Amino acid sequence: MIEIDIFKRTKILAMATYNLNVNGTTREVNVDPDTPVLWVLRDALNLVGTKYGCGVASCGACTIHLDGKAVRSCAVPVSAVADQKITSIEGLSENGDHPVQEAWREHDVPQCGYCQAGQIMQAASLLDSNSKPSDADIDAVMSGNLCRCGTYNRVRAAIKTAAKLS
Amino acid sequence: MQENNIPQLDRRSFLKISSLVSGGLVLGFTWGSCTKPEDIIAMPNEWFDMNGFLQIGDTGMVTIMSPNPEIGQNVKTSMPMVIAEELDIPWKQVIVKQAPLNTELFKRQVAGGSQSLRQGWTSLRTAGATARQMLVNTAAKQWEVDAATLKTDNGYVLNANGEKLGYGELASAASGMDVPSSEEVKLKDPKDFKLIGTEVSNVDIDPIITGKPLFGLDYVEDGMVYASVMRPPSFGSSLVSFDDGKAKAITGVLDVVQFGDKVAVIASSTWAAMKGKKALTAEWKSDNLESTENHNKILKGFLDGNKFQTLRQDGDVKKAFAEADKVIERTYEAPFLPHNCMEPLNFFAYVTDAKVKLVGPIQTPARTASRVAKLLERDLKDVSCEMTRMGGGFGRRLYGDFALEAAEISSLTGKPVKLVYSREDDMTAGIYRPSTKYKIAASIKDNKITGYHLKEAAINSNMSKRICNFFPAGAIENYQVDVAKYKSNITTGAWRAPVTNFLSFAEQSFFDELAEEMGVDRIQMHLDLLKKVEGNTDESIQYLPQKLAGVINLVVDKSGWRKAKEGVYQGFSVYYCHNTYVAEVADVVIVDGNPVVKKVTCAIDCGIVVNPLGALNQVEGGVVDGIGHAMYADFRFENGRANHENFNTYRMIRMNEAPVVEAHFVKNYDNPTGLGEPTLPPAGAAVANALVKAGQERLYKQPFIQSIELVG
Repeated sequence: MIEIDIFKRTKILAMATYNLNVNGTTREVNVDPDTPVLWVLRDALNLVGTKYGCGVASCGACTIHLDGKAVRSCAVPVSAVADQKITSIEGLSENGDHPVQEAWREHDVPQCGYCQAGQIMQAASLLDSNSKPSDADIDAVMSGNLCRCGTYNRVRAAIKTAAKLS
Repeated sequence: MQENNIPQLDRRSFLKISSLVSGGLVLGFTWGSCTKPEDIIAMPNEWFDMNGFLQIGDTGMVTIMSPNPEIGQNVKTSMPMVIAEELDIPWKQVIVKQAPLNTELFKRQVAGGSQSLRQGWTSLRTAGATARQMLVNTAAKQWEVDAATLKTDNGYVLNANGEKLGYGELASAASGMDVPSSEEVKLKDPKDFKLIGTEVSNVDIDPIITGKPLFGLDYVEDGMVYASVMRPPSFGSSLVSFDDGKAKAITGVLDVVQFGDKVAVIASSTWAAMKGKKALTAEWKSDNLESTENHNKILKGFLDGNKFQTLRQDGDVKKAFAEADKVIERTYEAPFLPHNCMEPLNFFAYVTDAKVKLVGPIQTPARTASRVAKLLERDLKDVSCEMTRMGGGFGRRLYGDFALEAAEISSLTGKPVKLVYSREDDMTAGIYRPSTKYKIAASIKDNKITGYHLKEAAINSNMSKRICNFFPAGAIENYQVDVAKYKSNITTGAWRAPVTNFLSFAEQSFFDELAEEMGVDRIQMHLDLLKKVEGNTDESIQYLPQKLAGVINLVVDKSGWRKAKEGVYQGFSVYYCHNTYVAEVADVVIVDGNPVVKKVTCAIDCGIVVNPLGALNQVEGGVVDGIGHAMYADFRFENGRANHENFNTYRMIRMNEAPVVEAHFVKNYDNPTGLGEPTLPPAGAAVANALVKAGQERLYKQPFIQSIELVG
């Protein structure tokens, strides 16, 4: 009986309530404190644009912005967010018309498309801090984003176009 | 010689169906083109079915079903384009929907073998042309004229007086017309194509770049639970016992069920399921734990021995070798490769008494539905399968093992289950590209190649009878292909361009060395060999020598071969596979003392290029994939376990390492052949051959990084 009590209490204590700023709106979630923001977005908030690729911050598919800076959401526990602003791909623009998204259309970048939200979020962050990135700059910032289909050349071209459009 | 026959046309798909499959639409529709408000045509009030592939709305909007699974090869755009072309409507009036599995309406709903366009070409065109004819016949009736006096143009039927009727106006009556006979239905002359051959954006570009639900992992349903499965940690292990106490204590974990050697943790969220799985402990017993070291010994033993199955034997290689001035022999080695689709394996299944609902990323929906029915002892007609968009396939999702797991778990729990693999689960779940070794020997007499003996030693499976009839079969008088395999408990299967993904490297590196040994020009040597094949009446030869020569000449022209700038080292490779011909030249430069692959120029003959934008993506993708794995993929086994489980240790090609890729297509009106795989096989050898020119040693093993320093 004591065993069951301990488990029950453990279960109740494990969940916590967070009020997160997601894409400009306050959203309340009730999740385990160690839940990565990736899974809070995908499962608790049904925002599935942010993708799971590896869970160890090595592929970039989960890239979001925290206070405008690109981070790997699989490696950020929800308990560490506090009142930082979370921007996911769904919130990058109102109408899908961020310069990076426009450039992505122009170059028809995607193949399977799975890594692309992460690529776009990383690229948007790059252009935010560097409006005229060189090839070396692009290499340095984007090489954390894996594309299994090999759209790298188009990603690069789209970033350069987006730089012009910004 | 022949190329593989296209199967007989089947009229099922374009017979009039009373209603398009409706209940199956998973995640909405997408516009054919990027929409601008002024281009938008009004949403129809009513839709009329023309056939299993298309509906026309009363405003002239057209819904086209894309039949095949979409893995990133963009058939979701190109297959509807073919229908739209023959229907004769503007692309901006098209909505594309992913068709669910429907074996009545659609043939071969498979993504594999680079065959979607090639095998669908005639039936897709006929579907569009038949609907067009029905519209023409309807207009003819209305105008009371002979149908032969009418034309169509971009969604209108026109008569000899210049009057026109839009497809939208005609659709209602047209859908009630008799289906015209095949004699009545005329396909366009490819020279008159207006849409095919033009650049058309990916139909899913908007949802992709705005994060809309599209992929298997994105699918949700009310009441759905998540499953994370513990599987044997090594190949050769089986489950003795397990403890789920800690797992069940985790918030969100609902249940734990064993099935065979596996244990599924069921939870209310993905994270809880994954945590639950990590909290399981288990005892395993191991039977036969295999290692790469042992495989190497066994495979090398095969190559050095004489126990082979002979797949093809022309002339007498033994005699040719005995009489030769010189015999060159080389051994080439490649590891297992995991597929590593960017979207990890996952699948949804809901098994109830009434039906079995399957939703997810699968390259073989028909076969998988069948296997699920068999597993659950259910009637196939109770099983439905909707294909979501896939975050990559590469051959891994040909195998519905994960769908069977999801179905079994749903059956055991009675719940709608989304099975999710972690990346570690995915990389260790098997069905790898098999580890393979080639020994190639050639005899040279009077500075001509007189004999060619190819030996393959591989894990689990050997090349098909088709592949042994590729080049250089027919080009060398004494030619023999021998194969041997070792049955391992490490599971293997098709990996993008199966067999040819490494055989091409071995062969094209070998020919490079032969040319060097013989002191002849590499290109000329190849062209001379191909000349010998022209006029060969052997019907088993799979390739057309003039097409291989065609891409060789085109790549020479476009790559600056023999005219490279100082410091640019070029390597050449040419290959036929999956009915398509590809020649590649890789440019390597030295940067800070290290070789860098700067550019790869490709020449391709795939017949009519349906969508140049999509085609270019496939060409680039195949090259980058081929080079990336050839250079970096180091995957080995010890005690039945792989040395890598995730991308933090397993190296894959990244943006800073990817070369620029240029593609040039041979212009002709031949029926289209595929592009999903063909540019991958030649890529590795093109790079390896360039590296030699750049002063590096010859590479006989993949990954290259085992032998040389490679930097992006």
